[in-house]
Amino acid sequence: MVMLAPEQQLEKLVYERPSSLEMCHTHYCPGCTHGVAHRLIAEVIDELGIQERTILVAPVGCAVFAYNYFNVDAAEAAHGRAPAMATGIKRVNPNSIVFTYQGDGDLASIGLAEAVHAASRGEQLTVIFINNAIYGMTGGQMAPTSLSGQITTSSPNGREVLSTGQPMHVAEMMAGLPGVVYSVRRSLHDARHVIQAKQAIKTAFEAQMQGLGFSIVELLSSCPTNWGLNPLDAVHWVRDQMIPVFPLGDYKVADALQSKRARS
Amino acid sequence: MAKELLKGNVAIAEAAVRAGCEAYFGYPITPQTELLEHMSKRMPELGRVFLQAESEVAAVNMVYGAASAGVRVMTSSSSPGISLMQEGFSYIAGSEVPAVVVDVMRGGPGLGNIQPSQSDYNQVVKQAGHGDFHPIVLAPATVQEAIDLMTLSFDLAEKYRTLVFLVLDGAIGQLMEPAELPPMREMTGLRPSWALTGQDKRRQNGRLPDKNIITSIHMSAEELHIFNVHLQNKLAAIEASEVRYEENFIEDAEIIVVAFGTAGRVASTAVKNLRKANVPVGFFRPITLWPFPEQRLAQLADRAKAFLVVEMNAGQMFHDVREAVGRSVPVEFLGRMGGLMPFTDEIEQEIRTVWRRSEVLALHRQQ
Repeated sequence: MVMLAPEQQLEKLVYERPSSLEMCHTHYCPGCTHGVAHRLIAEVIDELGIQERTILVAPVGCAVFAYNYFNVDAAEAAHGRAPAMATGIKRVNPNSIVFTYQGDGDLASIGLAEAVHAASRGEQLTVIFINNAIYGMTGGQMAPTSLSGQITTSSPNGREVLSTGQPMHVAEMMAGLPGVVYSVRRSLHDARHVIQAKQAIKTAFEAQMQGLGFSIVELLSSCPTNWGLNPLDAVHWVRDQMIPVFPLGDYKVADALQSKRARS
Repeated sequence: MAKELLKGNVAIAEAAVRAGCEAYFGYPITPQTELLEHMSKRMPELGRVFLQAESEVAAVNMVYGAASAGVRVMTSSSSPGISLMQEGFSYIAGSEVPAVVVDVMRGGPGLGNIQPSQSDYNQVVKQAGHGDFHPIVLAPATVQEAIDLMTLSFDLAEKYRTLVFLVLDGAIGQLMEPAELPPMREMTGLRPSWALTGQDKRRQNGRLPDKNIITSIHMSAEELHIFNVHLQNKLAAIEASEVRYEENFIEDAEIIVVAFGTAGRVASTAVKNLRKANVPVGFFRPITLWPFPEQRLAQLADRAKAFLVVEMNAGQMFHDVREAVGRSVPVEFLGRMGGLMPFTDEIEQEIRTVWRRSEVLALHRQQ
């Protein structure tokens, strides 16, 4: 038997479970991209070395049990109130890294005031905003982000914009607020976009670590169950139907973050 | 420390500061705004947290967040604002985090007016939010008592990991009286073991500690039942040891007047006046509206001929008094709404009426 020196070992670990992610099954439906988003956030927390000072504020909605899946201190907020609760936590723990994880019903509907005002104050928070254009947890009702003509259980004939309005563009809206230093939209529908999403999540956390202000990453996500599609068709629906309505891009990147990106 | 002339709202705010309140979140509403304003000046100059929220809904959820992080935290509001905060009260109760709320009550329902009232009694005592819980509810009658109960509020909130309400009507909030403030509490900066601080703050011997989770979810029916039983047991422990009240001229009283807050002050004067006229009337003032001093009232019902409840509402505490004393003794009610307060002579007249009626009743019973 030939003994190999450590540098000669044939096995090289290139992929493992992030320490910030719990070893457990999630309750998410097959093909749902919440799991991808969780993994990306956990990788970023590990890579930035902030697991022990990170505090999650979980939402009401499909990610209501997110606190079970991350190995960080966590609170469960009332529906839409995560940015207010996070404000309270961060203000008394200024050295911690606080992030909320919110869906479109949570952030863009019932909790819009809390999200906009936390952003407007420039709270040192990071918001991960999961936009799947539908209410998942309650069984597929219309969201503020539902597409024009989208059939949901509460818009059975398709979303009628004359009576229910146009899909709400959160990343663009947040970018208009002075307290926001980073507002971007990414998608989780394929590997290339997933990698771009991870980079955005990392930048958003770095913005908070540098004390620059409020950062938000909107992630276009799939909901195969409530869209009535199989997982593959669901990510294609994100690509073909959602991205034209919700263009991917950087809507605001503060100068301090831009210069950092130019250096790296 | 010497007594100084203090306005109720300001005195309460300063008492909270001295009791070690580390964070205040609130929203302006009359008649409690001076409390928020005092905090906006004092908290930052002491390096503590003050934030004017965008709404009462946000304010109470900021309180919920800071309470989850284990600091002494409070908010204050008035009736319509308290209605908005109910969501947060329920979550705070469901998560068992300590928090203090000051409610300077005004007239309702709806926008009502900004005059003094006691019409939030049922809301704070009976149903401060959805689910089976009670906050501890403390009701001062003077500025000095408001100061003392403010300190107690934080202690009780921490001791029981519960929500504590300090409730007063707008009159006490706006009143100026000589009062003495407590000394400044020394801040330790220590957080309880359950608090959200980040795991590094709890790290010992280099080991990553378990994460802390603050939540009110219990998805299985059995689990939620067990949590509710635990909560009820805690409430029973509070009922057993935290009842507070004031009583005067009770030993030989045939008529007992029950009132709290400002109505209690006025009623107390009426009782003193009638004692000078040899009317056998006694005075009873609940200081804790929850837990309610029902056992003491039940004892008094054994010898009193009648009770008179005086409130600045349509008769909300009246039902608690009625339940405590039972059906064998008459319980009568005098109330004023809309920001009106009962005058001393009105109460005196009512006490005489109730006394005469009880005498007639006793005569009938003898025949």
